[in-house]
Amino acid sequence: MDILKKVPVRDQNPKVRATNFDEVCLGYNMDEAVEEAQRCMECKNPQCVKGCPVAVDIPNFIGALKKSNIAEAYNVITQSSALPAVCGRVCPQESQCEGKCIRGIKGEPVSIGKLERFVADYALENDFKPKKPNEKIDKKVAVIGSGPAGLTCAGDLARLGYDVTVFEALHKYGGVLVYGIPEFRLPKEKVVQKEIEKVAEMGVKFEKNVIVGKSVTIQQLMDNEKFVAIFIGSGAGLPKFMNIPGENANGVFSANEYLTRNNLMKAFDENYDTPIIIGKNVVVVGGGNVAMDAARTALRLGSNVNIVYRRGEKELPARVEEVHHAKEEGVQFDLLRNPKRIITNENGDVCGIEVIKMDLGEPDESGRRSPIEVIGSEYEIKADVVIMALGTSPNPLISSTTEGLDLDRRKCIVTTDEFGQTTKVGVFAGGDAVTGAATVILAMGAGKAAAEGIHKFLSE
Amino acid sequence: MYKVLETKQLCDKIYLMVIEAPRVAAQCQPGQFVIICVDEQGERVPLTICDFNREKGTVTIVFQVIGVSTEKLALYKAGDSINDFTGPLGNPSELINEDIVELKGKRILFVAGGVGTAPVYPQVKWLKEQGVLVDVIVGAKTKDLVILEDEMGVVAGNLYITTDDGSYGKKGMVTEAIRSLVENGHQYDLCVAIGPLIMMKFVCLVTKELNIPTIVSMNPIMVDGTGMCGACRLEVGSDTKFACVDGPEFDGHKIDFDAIMKRQGMYKNLEAKAVEHYHHHHNDTNHVCTRSGGCICGGEK
Ligand SMILES: Cc1cc2nc3c(=O)[nH]c(=O)nc-3n(C[C@H](O)[C@H](O)[C@H](O)COP(=O)(O)OP(=O)(O)OC[C@H]3O[C@@H](n4cnc5c(N)ncnc54)[C@H](O)[C@@H]3O)c2cc1C
Ligand SMILES: Cc1cc2nc3c(=O)[nH]c(=O)nc-3n(C[C@H](O)[C@H](O)[C@H](O)COP(=O)(O)OP(=O)(O)OC[C@H]3O[C@@H](n4cnc5c(N)ncnc54)[C@H](O)[C@@H]3O)c2cc1C
Ligand code: SF4
Ligand code: SF4
Ligand code: FES
Repeated sequence: MDILKKVPVRDQNPKVRATNFDEVCLGYNMDEAVEEAQRCMECKNPQCVKGCPVAVDIPNFIGALKKSNIAEAYNVITQSSALPAVCGRVCPQESQCEGKCIRGIKGEPVSIGKLERFVADYALENDFKPKKPNEKIDKKVAVIGSGPAGLTCAGDLARLGYDVTVFEALHKYGGVLVYGIPEFRLPKEKVVQKEIEKVAEMGVKFEKNVIVGKSVTIQQLMDNEKFVAIFIGSGAGLPKFMNIPGENANGVFSANEYLTRNNLMKAFDENYDTPIIIGKNVVVVGGGNVAMDAARTALRLGSNVNIVYRRGEKELPARVEEVHHAKEEGVQFDLLRNPKRIITNENGDVCGIEVIKMDLGEPDESGRRSPIEVIGSEYEIKADVVIMALGTSPNPLISSTTEGLDLDRRKCIVTTDEFGQTTKVGVFAGGDAVTGAATVILAMGAGKAAAEGIHKFLSE
Repeated sequence: MYKVLETKQLCDKIYLMVIEAPRVAAQCQPGQFVIICVDEQGERVPLTICDFNREKGTVTIVFQVIGVSTEKLALYKAGDSINDFTGPLGNPSELINEDIVELKGKRILFVAGGVGTAPVYPQVKWLKEQGVLVDVIVGAKTKDLVILEDEMGVVAGNLYITTDDGSYGKKGMVTEAIRSLVENGHQYDLCVAIGPLIMMKFVCLVTKELNIPTIVSMNPIMVDGTGMCGACRLEVGSDTKFACVDGPEFDGHKIDFDAIMKRQGMYKNLEAKAVEHYHHHHNDTNHVCTRSGGCICGGEK
């Protein structure tokens, strides 16, 4: 074994997986996991923990794993993370825990994400039970949204003994974990569903098809249904468009729509009624995780796929692993290109997209070099489906129906302390609804902090 | 699960259903809609709230069978339950927020086409409850397709029925009925038209000519109904709007109906295939599955 290198993880063959929706990364088995664990030096002053937004006690869980004590490893992880099987799969480890690992200075960092995933999957398969609440507290708390922020907050509050109900607008629980991130990256039945069941086992009640702000307001939940505290984890679900000509043509989708049809409503499965347009040539606009997911979904449905992104390869905001997987599977990248207009035929269907070449100029306030158009460099790419993956912002359904809940300029909910207290007494918020589109682990961290805040508020 | 309490076939392809949905019933207003999923494999289907009873916690929907989801729904009987029923979605009719005194002074004409009679009904009923009587034109292809006539008769000021083939009421299109009312001295300050796109398009052409401000209720293809997917976007004037959160009612004179009709046809072929596939699996022996690549679902259900 080369101590400088990660124990390689088994993936599905790129040629095969480009035609199915099964999970790409097969994960470690027990032997591989224990072998990889040996690479961790169980540092006294572990840098990796500083890179993790929820400070998972990494050396301790890996230490237990070295001794094949999975129950203990699981116990250590779940003190900080409520959804480890999810985080192990979707965290941008290269810029978080693994990015700080000492091993990474000379060689490859310890494969923390894959180890976390192994422990969590083992726990799910062997049905390890989460700790039940000690004693019941007779106070009702409402959690709005069943994404990672809401699930974490609900789980933590239930563990403290509160009577918690999660309200979800859609007909399935999990937020972006079910409607956004595809099956081949995050299995729904095997992982997401199981993690949600764990939260339910803790005594959390779930009610779906409730759109807070429409089916019931925050004030009504407090006044009529006697919820004494509320957590808003409603995410940032509103898709952005570019406002270029042709954008409302047939065949132009937001990534949200494309992914929802496929993930939440299983358009890829012929037994479901949902229709989806399978393009011959699909162009995906954007360079984040969402763009990669849309591109790789289209590829699996049988399309040729080009990603159009206005900056260069280095600037792609997606996880490194996703970009790598997308390339392996055959997604083409048209970098330093920006769409100018969408070209349609007489039926209003998309038949192409006009793009312009870009150069990178001076760094902007985000520190990234800003793209500038190369005058006269427009050309056309053939396409019958265009998917816009340009980012999302919070939905105003709740804020517009709740008096006293302040928003910032970007329409995000304002919080006044590190516990997610909003400008309305008894109402807390966290996750994408507060930060704008971010990551699973940050949303979980916020859910956790808010549970603590709510507990303090209700103990006063 | 949401219990079906009552079903009634109103005509060949149109059904009425009363469903137990206390949260929706408690909050809904005329002009709003719900989204239903018939079963686990179902699509999310938007349907307008036709009536509701806050005490009993029930909501009434009226739907026309046109594809797989509505065909499945039509098979449900009292006592059965459907998987998902969520709402109320969209904005209530603008009339709801108007000053009652001002409303009473307004002369309003409702124009309903086909199954569009169902969404018109709760608005007319609400207005009657406020003491505002309005004129209603209900248009249908033929006599058998006229629905909710008795119910509408009770709440409307004047009710005019037209059929394309003249088998009932006045022969002709609703647009001719609008013209003849105006020619005979009726004056209107507002028209509300709900029905098939093609009908709303021609009503808007006529009312524009007659200078009657017109509200239409748009029903583009939707997925979530909460502003999350953008499937329902449409151009109103020079702005792009999401019908599910900004609508469904818009100023009809600002809508480009031709563009929207093209969008509505987006899934036509796929949906035709879905219907075939569905029949195939319900032992329709005359049917041959034509899904590309053959049928992969592993035998008859
Ligand atoms: C396609 C895609 C890929 C991604 N990939 C990654 C990745 O690889 N790694 C990573 O870390 N992050 C990734 N992200 C980002 C990550 O998923 C989000 O940051 C995270 O899910 C935010 O969690 P949340 O709980 O705040 O909100 P969400 O997950 O958005 O959940 C919010 C929930 O609230 C519900 N809701 C909204 N409004 C209401 C209402 N009014 N009433 C009731 N319920 C309501 C929504 O339906 C939803 O279920 C990805 C995002 C997308 C879209
Ligand atoms: C806000 C709103 C309110 C509506 N209210 C009613 C109502 O009260 N009663 C009623 O019968 N119908 C109503 N509709 C239309 C109804 O949603 C569609 O008829 C239904 O989705 C068809 O589903 P299907 O699976 O049976 O047909 P599909 O096989 O899915 O579709 C068949 C054809 O119907 C059209 N269609 C598909 N989806 C929609 C859609 N969402 N809206 C309009 N047309 C569509 C398309 O042209 C399609 O080719 C409403 C639609 C909206 C958006
Ligand atoms: S939660 Fe995410 S960042 Fe933290 S240790 Fe696990 S994979 Fe790394
Ligand atoms: S920094 Fe790396 S080697 Fe050190 S404890 Fe963390 S994972 Fe182990
Ligand atoms: S239906 Fe999805 S945004 Fe309107």
